[in-house]
Amino acid sequence: MTGPASAPTTTALGGDPGFVVELEAFSGPLDLLLHLLKEEQIEIGDIPIARIAEQFLRVIHALGLNQAADYLEMAGRLLRLKAQMLLPRTGDDDWEDPRHELVRRLLEYQQIKEIVRWFERAHERRSQQYARGYLPPPPALPEPPLTLDILALLQAVERVIAGIPDPVLHRVVPRALDVEGATRRVLELLDQQGEIGWLQALGPRPTIVEVLSTFLALLELAKHGRLNLFQSAPFTPMVIRRDPTRPAD
Amino acid sequence: MTPLAQLIEAALWSASRPLTVEELQTLDAEASLADVRTALDQLREHYDFDQHSVELVELAGGYQVLTRAHFAQAIEAAQFTQRIPKLTGAALETLAVISYRQPVGRAEIEEIRGVNAGGVLRALQERGLIEVVGRSEALGRPLLYGTTPYFLELLGLKDLSDLPRTEELAVALQPPKPPDLDADSAASVPADR
Repeated sequence: MTGPASAPTTTALGGDPGFVVELEAFSGPLDLLLHLLKEEQIEIGDIPIARIAEQFLRVIHALGLNQAADYLEMAGRLLRLKAQMLLPRTGDDDWEDPRHELVRRLLEYQQIKEIVRWFERAHERRSQQYARGYLPPPPALPEPPLTLDILALLQAVERVIAGIPDPVLHRVVPRALDVEGATRRVLELLDQQGEIGWLQALGPRPTIVEVLSTFLALLELAKHGRLNLFQSAPFTPMVIRRDPTRPAD
Repeated sequence: MTPLAQLIEAALWSASRPLTVEELQTLDAEASLADVRTALDQLREHYDFDQHSVELVELAGGYQVLTRAHFAQAIEAAQFTQRIPKLTGAALETLAVISYRQPVGRAEIEEIRGVNAGGVLRALQERGLIEVVGRSEALGRPLLYGTTPYFLELLGLKDLSDLPRTEELAVALQPPKPPDLDADSAASVPADR
């Protein structure tokens, strides 16, 4: 999780020799923040944001936590809050304490911590009692040692060889894409109909070569302004239309 | 003990997990759920009155026969069996959030804990403590997580109602509301992370 393990586990902070922080003890920025508030004996409802933000930054710097995005995000929130607290209050009636959201999260997190302590006690109680020992399924038995004589081995080899079918040789013939042929076909179709669908342009039961040829032909024709390609919506079939501004050739 | 109680005892002894009343009922086609419950009561009394070293414990929606707690130290010291491994702080925090907020998505868990939860969610899923229970209707339809019966088993809980009610916790989740606070900010956690 968060918190690099390579950082020192204890660090004295800010010239206060009594203030020692255990890195491993923190499970996140909220945890660290609660710790700072406790150390400073600060009431959660009234956090001196400027001071705590400074403390927080100092701690994450000293602990090498500034690598962890979660801590940096909290540092950013604190600095923003600090700035908000500095803004002059206009009309006390509709002033909302910018710290409120942070207070709510801290209280919520405190409650989670309390539930965690309850979980730990429950788990501790449960581990005082043992169920009947779980027996994992036995591992698959190893194959019995292989015993065979040379004759049996040769017979086996013959059986395997006999089972090999005659080799079938394939000749691979490279088939060039027929873009020109596809171009002709598309233009003919357009001459007849003016507008065709993608599937029509492909013709019945097209091979992969025909699909590729037709696609390249369409792109080429569109590039030269011989036709226009449309889609009524994303992923709908492509509609091919002859460019009406050009005479058919 | 009645034959049914004996049969149930044998079944509980043979299983390595809690068995529900419904599961136990399948042992005997003639037995009703009420019969099974009566037999379970009888078995419990049998263990208690005769001062057996084991007891019948209601756990994770079912019943299991467990050794009594006061033998724990000796058994552990002799290393006849392994203690249930402890969970890390991050795992416990995540379980705490999920058990109270389920079904709950990753964004909300991360918002409450203030840290990325991807790794710990995967680990908890692998250990069988949580499972995906659905998808949220929110943007991207994120997965929603809930706790499994094994989670209850690990904490020795009968069911989720065994968890402490939030009002009973020392830190009640009722922040001192400023008079001009919008009601919705306390009720829902923003998912804008």
